[in-house]
Amino acid sequence: MIADALSWLLILGGGGCVLVGGIGVIRLPDFYSRLHAAGLTDTLGAALTVLGLIVQSGWTLVSVKLAIILVVLFFASPTGSHALAAAARASGLPVWPGTGGRP
Amino acid sequence: MMFAASAVALVITMALALVRALLGPTIFDRVLAANMMATKTTLLIAVLGFLTGRPDFTDIALVYALLNFVGTVAVLKFMAHGTLGGAPVPERERQ
Repeated sequence: MIADALSWLLILGGGGCVLVGGIGVIRLPDFYSRLHAAGLTDTLGAALTVLGLIVQSGWTLVSVKLAIILVVLFFASPTGSHALAAAARASGLPVWPGTGGRP
Repeated sequence: MMFAASAVALVITMALALVRALLGPTIFDRVLAANMMATKTTLLIAVLGFLTGRPDFTDIALVYALLNFVGTVAVLKFMAHGTLGGAPVPERERQ
């Protein structure tokens, strides 16, 4: 019963984070701030949802695979976001004037 | 039931990412939207696997997570260098 409640909480938390990130990607003015919002959903939203699924599936092979997905996302998402930001910065994308020119 | 709620949240976020891909002024916004769509697809596949009671979906989600990362880095490499590792494109032709 507790596992169900915990996984229920985790999955809804993950869904909430994913939604917040999605709204952030739409509303934020500058590319770099949008990148921040997208990064937020990639890491926290995904981690909470996958953790909820792991708790839901208990000690089975499926949760081992989900743990592998968690590790892969844990390393791949930030690296992808960093590569994206570096490429944007290298190609001279202007920073939002509100930040005083410093990225 | 909670899987359905999470799946709906994921689909809404993918729609928002799609809107950002259409609106995105710069190329990087579109690459960002594509990256975000793929990550959410990974989660959606995993959640749908649980929703329909088919545990083998997690393999597909795992492969898709890896695929997404390679795709994003490949697009960025192509944009930065104008080529994916073949003969270096001279500076003039790249823009």
